[in-house]
Amino acid sequence: MAAKPPYSHRDPMLKKRDDFEDILEERRNSSDLRYALKCYTPVVYKGVTPNAASLLKTTVLQSDQLHYVVDQLSKETGVAADVIQEEASAILEEMAHRQQLSTVRFFAFTLSKAFKALFRSIHVNEEGIQRLQQAIQEHPVVLLPSHRSYMDFLLMSYILYTYDLVLPVIAAGMDFMGMKFVGEMLRMSGAFFIRRSFGGDKLYWTVFSEYVKTMLRNGMAPVEFFLEGTRSRTSKSLTPKLGLLNIVMDPFFKGEVFDVSLVPVSISYERILEETLYARELLGVPKPKESTSGLFKARKVLSEDYGSIHVYFGQPVSVRSLAQGKVNRCHFNLMPRHIPRRPSDETQCFVNDSAYSLVRAQEENMVLKPWVLLASLLLQNQSQGLLLDELTEQAVWLRGLSREYGAFLNWPDHMAPSEVVSSSLSLHRDLVKISGGRVQLALGGQGPRQPCSSPITEEELMNQAVVVLSCTSYRNQALHVFLRPALLASAIHIATSAKKEEVYNSFSFLRNMLSNEFILCPGATLQDFEEACYLLGKTGALQMSQQEMQVTDSGQKTVNFLTAMLDPFLQGYQVVCRYLCEEATEALTEKQFIPAIRTFIVRLILAGSLRYYELLSSDLQKNALAALLRLGAIRKIKVADNVTLKVNRLMVNSLEDTLGGKLPTQKAVAARL
Amino acid sequence: CAECCAAANTQGILQEIMKWNGWGYSDSRFLFNKKGQAEFTGKRYRLSGMILPSLKDWFEGTFGASLQHKSPATVSAIYIYFFNAVQPPTLNEAFVEDLKSVGIPFSHDAEDRVFRAHGHCLHEIFALREGKVGRVPDLVVWPNCHNDVVKIVELACKHSVCLIPYGGGTSVSSALECPPEETRSIVSLDTSQMNRILWIDEKNLTAHVEAGIIGQDLERLLNENGYCTGHEPDSMEFSSLGGWVATRASGMKKNIYGNIEDLVVHIKMVTPRGVIEKSCLGPRMSTGPDIHHFIMGSEGTLGVVTEVTMKIRPMPEYQKYGSVVFPNFEQGVACLREVARQRCAPASIRLMDNEQFQFGHALKPQVSSIFTSFLDGLKKFYITKFKGFDPHHLCVATLLFEGNREKVLQHEKQVYDIAAKFGGLAAGEDNGQRGYMLTFVIAYLRDLGMDYYVIGESFETSVPWDRVLDICRNVKERIIRECKERGVQFPPLSTCRVTQTYDAGACVYFYFAFNYRGLSDPVHVYERVEHAAREEILANGGSLSHHHGVGKLRKEWMRETLSNVGMGMLKSVKDYVDPNNIFGNRNLL
Repeated sequence: MAAKPPYSHRDPMLKKRDDFEDILEERRNSSDLRYALKCYTPVVYKGVTPNAASLLKTTVLQSDQLHYVVDQLSKETGVAADVIQEEASAILEEMAHRQQLSTVRFFAFTLSKAFKALFRSIHVNEEGIQRLQQAIQEHPVVLLPSHRSYMDFLLMSYILYTYDLVLPVIAAGMDFMGMKFVGEMLRMSGAFFIRRSFGGDKLYWTVFSEYVKTMLRNGMAPVEFFLEGTRSRTSKSLTPKLGLLNIVMDPFFKGEVFDVSLVPVSISYERILEETLYARELLGVPKPKESTSGLFKARKVLSEDYGSIHVYFGQPVSVRSLAQGKVNRCHFNLMPRHIPRRPSDETQCFVNDSAYSLVRAQEENMVLKPWVLLASLLLQNQSQGLLLDELTEQAVWLRGLSREYGAFLNWPDHMAPSEVVSSSLSLHRDLVKISGGRVQLALGGQGPRQPCSSPITEEELMNQAVVVLSCTSYRNQALHVFLRPALLASAIHIATSAKKEEVYNSFSFLRNMLSNEFILCPGATLQDFEEACYLLGKTGALQMSQQEMQVTDSGQKTVNFLTAMLDPFLQGYQVVCRYLCEEATEALTEKQFIPAIRTFIVRLILAGSLRYYELLSSDLQKNALAALLRLGAIRKIKVADNVTLKVNRLMVNSLEDTLGGKLPTQKAVAARL
Repeated sequence: CAECCAAANTQGILQEIMKWNGWGYSDSRFLFNKKGQAEFTGKRYRLSGMILPSLKDWFEGTFGASLQHKSPATVSAIYIYFFNAVQPPTLNEAFVEDLKSVGIPFSHDAEDRVFRAHGHCLHEIFALREGKVGRVPDLVVWPNCHNDVVKIVELACKHSVCLIPYGGGTSVSSALECPPEETRSIVSLDTSQMNRILWIDEKNLTAHVEAGIIGQDLERLLNENGYCTGHEPDSMEFSSLGGWVATRASGMKKNIYGNIEDLVVHIKMVTPRGVIEKSCLGPRMSTGPDIHHFIMGSEGTLGVVTEVTMKIRPMPEYQKYGSVVFPNFEQGVACLREVARQRCAPASIRLMDNEQFQFGHALKPQVSSIFTSFLDGLKKFYITKFKGFDPHHLCVATLLFEGNREKVLQHEKQVYDIAAKFGGLAAGEDNGQRGYMLTFVIAYLRDLGMDYYVIGESFETSVPWDRVLDICRNVKERIIRECKERGVQFPPLSTCRVTQTYDAGACVYFYFAFNYRGLSDPVHVYERVEHAAREEILANGGSLSHHHGVGKLRKEWMRETLSNVGMGMLKSVKDYVDPNNIFGNRNLL
């Protein structure tokens, strides 16, 4: 079970991936009721503790870890220990799952109906399932699915039930519990609920982490959580949250289990159920009425065609192999293991690196549909759109390129490209319009390039932006494939010369700037650079000598495409910088930031000086802010109850100029110092 | 020098009745007879002369070994030629001349030299069986008393030869291996002739003993006077008092008598700087750091222990074995922990895991009557069916009580009551006794395994109570995994037992063995697995060694074990006591 090196520099085209099976096919041909009532006898972990499930809560409440913290809190606060213990017990009650087979069967039945109505197929790689089954028997397993939709964890449990695997216990956000009935149903299907933030609450943290660790140590069921922490509204992978990963690795660090298997799972939706909801959310536009009453009640949703889903269970990653030579487990030798301790720097660094490589593993096995390529092309040609033939031709070109870069592209090769294109377009007809053989985003009337012809209102603008953002969420699915070459292409573009060193500096600058935006593991700049050089070199787009890198004539098309892909992000960050330099007042609070920047951008777009609608995405704005905070160009200052943002104008200004290629990278770096 | 060789041969009595390329007495060994049944030859042990009907099935089943596939020692019959092949000794002529003039017997006979060139690590025995031999001592000397040792050490310093003290030769830490880089003449200093009890002090219950005495002789001689030391390491048939001191040995009955550091009252050691000893026999002193603790565990790097005053006890009036069956290992460990908490551990208490329990079962001799076999069947039925113990999870603790009869019985009840709280069932004296006998014959079993492509070894550690279960599980699993990754065809035997309890932790013993058919370099595989297992032990909070010592085998981990300053302390002692590295076995540091 050797762990894959986090950054393999081998040819991505050689990546071997499993085949898929459609699990809905059988559902369409046999009784859902019989399926829901089938004999369900999953294999379990070989070291499973007897009665683990029924003893779970007692084990947690009687654990040394909890006792220690309860005693400590009691001493600190003067509150009697049994009162705090009661509190712990209540926290656990609120948190714990109550998995029941009957509820699972109920879901098996209803979900079968719903899935068949919504989706054409649900494809699962069965070899991955077999690997998972093996892993479940050998070690405690942690399932790490990507998170794009509310559907994700129901879908996961549904698949595991279908293949007779132990149902996972799932860490879910407390917001689900708000929906009373649904919350309880989910709890009975195996979800447990954690508060969104409990930073300083030691008791809560202890109960929570003991709860998760006990399940792992006893090996009763796989633990499932989302590394990204929340649903990605943009379809880009989110930078991983480390809390839970730390918790599930801890029993290994402390020698309480021999190993833990981490299984990245990539779930790709051909059409995301929450498509427009997300776009509206990102734009800060109120949700349309009908969807508030719940996802499944909406008739409209059920009558739509959401295409297919691909679920890829990745290679289980052994924490032991990952940690080999990186974490010194002797760290815990000199203190009782139940006394809470901050993880060592070495450990934190390891967990962080692992988290990034796991998210990358998710990305790698994301299945991309042809539409993802079409969306990328259409977004780059928003003004005029493309002739159908042109679009097809370009899509075929992009198909080749993305395959060269190792994309897991699900392009039906047996069909004529034009057929593939038109069937993709028809599935996403809400987002595109075809008029006079010309394919364009369905922006209702005019493209954004001619704002002067008839000035549009802000409301119209937002409606158009919904379409653009929906579209970007598909393009974003392919970002990870092109990201590194695109960074290099942009670096070459903004670098002052073709010197390799200069290009590397620019690359490094861009990468650093955008590392809140994309999955770029800290400390891996050189690997990423080499990977990018390799990929661009391989496709003949780049010619490299010892000192120089030159874009070849034939590579111009590739480089233009890549640069255009990254351009909205670079523009976005520049606009944020510009706002901070030109408009932001001393009293700008963190809370005001998003609305203020949004107003600023709307103004620029309406004035015609900005063409990318996707800059309106609050995701991009937040990431830019986070990056500036990280780089120290902005500082947070607490004033009373508010957090204000203190802007280092000089630095922000120079970052903006460097992003725009107006300042050489060296200077920007110097400005930081 | 024919006369000195002749003299030498009359010296090494043990050498003549012991195997030169295996464990223990030449007359005692396991073999599969023509019927394919295992038997143990000789007359020395309870098991001697008995047929062990289930051993073959266990052996073949556990290792995937077959009696058809033999791997006998290649040089057993023609070892004379083998000894001829041993490289001729590098003698320091001046040293030899001086040795002759002071009349201390010596030998450079190849057999004598090879016999003292190794301990009992797997790689050492395996090499001997293959007829491979590395650097061996150039000369063996047999001092007869403390003063002889003083003379030898003086001569060694004068002529710059390297001395390696040799006691019983039971080391399992590569401590006796001659450093290949040593260019001086290497002299093995065999203490076996210094084997007298010099006096017994009944008022203070101490005995003054020469350090070369072998454990079983010491115990026998004291017994004749109505006393015992109670120090019974598993190797006591062959290991020496000096060796115990030099490695910080631990005895099976330490719960009553203590480990070696609790037993010694006074030590005399000859070093290149002179003789080190304390001035009185006070039972405890506050006179700075205890210099005994530089000596104990020095593993022959500082000098030769020549005489030891140690505590003795009147022989116990009554001894009783016992055993308890637990439904699983976790319960067993919990019980041992409770026994330790209440400080009521019997003379010995050991907990075997399930694999070892099955192993022990395979060593049951043929039962003589139908009645006994019926009784055995009944017991098995009671435990597995009536009490619901899973035969693949249950484990056994063996017990040994000692003292006056009344107290033993009382003590026994106390322990069984505790055991009952953890689901333990008393399982009879016989099982207990067999468990302890296994200790003495297990080393013989390794030789049997080596005849059939099976190699194995044991190693130990000490660990805090809360980590016992974790360390057992993880190390066993690591062994299995490493074997698999290194191409071992069959799952190895990977088993452990808790052999000692302390207030703050326990001593854990691991056994592992595997079938090496199909491996080109089995010893290398074995060494890598053992190395990995030791890393796992350390990562799980276990110590580098509980009582085997460090030798050269575990040297690489000493710095992280002791810290830089700790290493510096030990080094500076070595530098002062032995600046020219006369005691150059290069153990420990």
